[in-house]
Amino acid sequence: MFYREAGQFKATYEEDSRIFPIRQDRIVFAFILAFAFLGVPLLASLGIVSNYTFTAILTPFLIFSLAALGLNILTGYAGQLSLGTAAFMAVGAFASYNFMLRIEGMPILVAFMLGGLCAAAVGIVFGLPSLRIRGFYLAAATLATQFFIVWCLTKVGWFTNYSSSGVISAQKIVILGYTFQSSMSKYLFVLAVVSVMALLAKNMVRSNIGRSWMAIRDMDMAAEVIGFRPIRTKLMAFAVSSFYCGVAGALFAYAYLGTVEPEGFNLDLSFRILFMVIIGGAGSILGSFLGAAFIVLLPIYLNVLLNFTEAATGIDLPSGLSSSVELMVFGSLIIFFLIVEPHGLARLWQIGKEKLRLWPFPH
Amino acid sequence: MTKRIGEVILSFTNISLSFGGVNALTRIGFDVKEHEIRAIIGPNGAGKSSMLNVINGVYHPQQGEIVFRGKARRGMNTYESAKSGIARTFQNIALFKGMSVLDNIMTGRNLKMRSNFLLDALYWGPAQREEIAHRKKAEEIIDFLEIQHIRKTPVGRLPYGLQKRVELGRALAAEPAILLLDEPMAGMNVEEKQDMCRFILDVNDQLGTTIVLIEHDMGVVMDISDRVVVLDYGKKIADGTPDEVRANQDVIDAYLGVAH
Amino acid sequence: MQFFFEVLIAGLLSGVMYSLVALGYVLIYKASGVFNFAQGAMVFFAALTAVGLHDLGLSLWVAVPLTMAVMVVLGLVTERIVLRPLVAQPEITLFMATIGLSFFIEGLAQAIWGANVRGLDLGIDDVPLEWLLDHANMAISQFDLIAAAIAAAMVAALAIFFSKTKIGRALRAVADDHQAALSVGIPLHHVWGVVWAVAGFVALVSGLLWGARNGVQFSLTFLALKALPVLILGGFTSVPGAIVGGLIIGASEKLAEVFLGPYVGGGIDGWFPYVLALLFLLVRPEGLFGEKIIRRI
Repeated sequence: MFYREAGQFKATYEEDSRIFPIRQDRIVFAFILAFAFLGVPLLASLGIVSNYTFTAILTPFLIFSLAALGLNILTGYAGQLSLGTAAFMAVGAFASYNFMLRIEGMPILVAFMLGGLCAAAVGIVFGLPSLRIRGFYLAAATLATQFFIVWCLTKVGWFTNYSSSGVISAQKIVILGYTFQSSMSKYLFVLAVVSVMALLAKNMVRSNIGRSWMAIRDMDMAAEVIGFRPIRTKLMAFAVSSFYCGVAGALFAYAYLGTVEPEGFNLDLSFRILFMVIIGGAGSILGSFLGAAFIVLLPIYLNVLLNFTEAATGIDLPSGLSSSVELMVFGSLIIFFLIVEPHGLARLWQIGKEKLRLWPFPH
Repeated sequence: MTKRIGEVILSFTNISLSFGGVNALTRIGFDVKEHEIRAIIGPNGAGKSSMLNVINGVYHPQQGEIVFRGKARRGMNTYESAKSGIARTFQNIALFKGMSVLDNIMTGRNLKMRSNFLLDALYWGPAQREEIAHRKKAEEIIDFLEIQHIRKTPVGRLPYGLQKRVELGRALAAEPAILLLDEPMAGMNVEEKQDMCRFILDVNDQLGTTIVLIEHDMGVVMDISDRVVVLDYGKKIADGTPDEVRANQDVIDAYLGVAH
Repeated sequence: MQFFFEVLIAGLLSGVMYSLVALGYVLIYKASGVFNFAQGAMVFFAALTAVGLHDLGLSLWVAVPLTMAVMVVLGLVTERIVLRPLVAQPEITLFMATIGLSFFIEGLAQAIWGANVRGLDLGIDDVPLEWLLDHANMAISQFDLIAAAIAAAMVAALAIFFSKTKIGRALRAVADDHQAALSVGIPLHHVWGVVWAVAGFVALVSGLLWGARNGVQFSLTFLALKALPVLILGGFTSVPGAIVGGLIIGASEKLAEVFLGPYVGGGIDGWFPYVLALLFLLVRPEGLFGEKIIRRI
């Protein structure tokens, strides 16, 4: 009833190829952005949004969204499955750390950029096998990335500035003399970075580079015949994807954890991000955000549920049960989504919107 | 209506192709003239698709010479072939199933696009202008093929006949000098075949595109082709106008079998 | 030189165990085209269940067959719930589904038996074999030898099972072409059920051997991941490939760790097999014994 596009005429191709061609979508999106940038801080100042919400939910949600977005470019758009996402994040984090540490007066944003570029370079190197192999062969090969990079960062002392425990403490985030210290300011910083990068990603996937990725994904032989070069296209996907993951890794270290060790970027994290992509929706920018929200929130709600069960029944559940149950729930959800809705939450959202267009009529 | 058929644009001499001892093509030679519709026919397994794959660089013949626009080409890969103006469709539809019709057709224009990924990411200024300019071209093709109503539909959801049409659209988007069609009418009903014939003739007539096509439907081939080359067991058995080919005893034998 | 051979033999022996795990993958891949990432989780689950039952007071003679029954049920349920709805999906979707499956099984194992490391004593001592120590002056673990012998016997039995039995033939037919196999009357789901059950059995044996060696713990799943480079080397569809690949990975990993490791800070056996496999992929993507895939358009 409210979600009608009747009467909205698009007179030019510019209007038709906007990100949100429908007016209602634009309004909703503007509202969400305004709420994220202004509403949330306002609620925080009123004491409704707590510090915990920022540090445990909102900031990690945004950072994981960015990492999922990075993996989605590679896996969802370009069709190259990777199990080494966390390794690229690690490269971004440790490279940024070293740029900050070793170059006097390095602006933090530039350090993040350079960190991302290092990750992109590593991505290109480890993306080379994708030129010859596909599918789970490639997935197995990306495991090499995962184990090798983490080992490298652990064993080569220079990367961690010879910290005896291998743990690094990220420098403060300072921009133009302002220090991002409070959890809310860090949230806003991450939000700004993620918003800009998401916009850039959206632009890429709706123009020629994005089409080249999807063409390679859907039918690589045909893509080659119409003039896309597989080498260039695949390596570009690896580079851009790793750049995103690298920046996400830097934010992970600087705005979320503060102190981080190479082991923090383990295979488990890679899987977690892959799950975000599968559940959120492969080949969808929105899906990366939905998937990240889902995976960040799920353990929290599971814990609440288990605690509630404990309190209600009086049975003392063994400690560690929640993490086992979490694994089981993650696993079943992945299988469920792959069987029932391979395009994830993003597709459900889309179906919902199509239904809404017709509502209250059934057809 | 007289068509102005031009000079020879593409010629083959002594093309031989084999896969591990199996000869797919044996000393094939024929030529294609500018603006003509050239059909390759033959029974199953005659080497028609192999011939098409040789033309656009998927396969590299072990022997023989290909001359395209007066220049001999050696070991040209698919990318260079696309770059030099050869586009094609496939026997089993090879569209990008996850993308919309419009996006599929836009991919056909990729070689004409200049902007790089950084400009794409900004989607601003020249990048946007270029995207819109190509969109206009793509829309012209969509109009031409009468598929306006499905331009935003993911290709995977379309019926077979429409998919074939979209695939033709993607090939046309490249504004090719030579268009290779691998069984463009396979699996279609009569109306769809008529539509497809009309599109092929229109492309040839209005855009002047040279067309090389493989087709099983003899009626169609004889109606629309200017010249026909007939292959059997990887060898050329006839070459000429539809009437000449129709009267050729070898061709009749190949199709109907020889009485012993 | 003596030391070199000691390391080499130890590597080869652990390689046999890799082969055994890899065989579990090959079985399922051959029969259903699924790369079962959950094989590692199954190894962990099987070992933990056997030890868990043993710790409850059952003798191993009871606990192991009981676990076997559990593994068969697990295999059948997996086939029914996970794979059947995903038939004819792209390989990569199936692969991701088995990643989900592996998480589920790992969670299930820990939810039932807890997350503690458990010891497993099969009654074989991990001491150097005296005869070899006396005669060749080489220290080769008795446990490793026996484990390798068991693994080798399993490998041989499976190879025979594949090539000689009726079900094995049906299996190869299914592997070649599902539709064709169905049309000549091979009961597809039955065959898949058998395969998953056999894979469960392989997981149990590998789990017991590895578990007795290193303790039954979560890291077993990582050991099973090592089967991936083995498969890349050997080819995903080849039984002999799995065996040779396992030996190569086992030996090269040990040799690299002992002779190369000290120069770069050690711990390289964590990634060495993967990088070796990666380099190998660049040269021969179909593996040592894999079938060369010709892609048609």
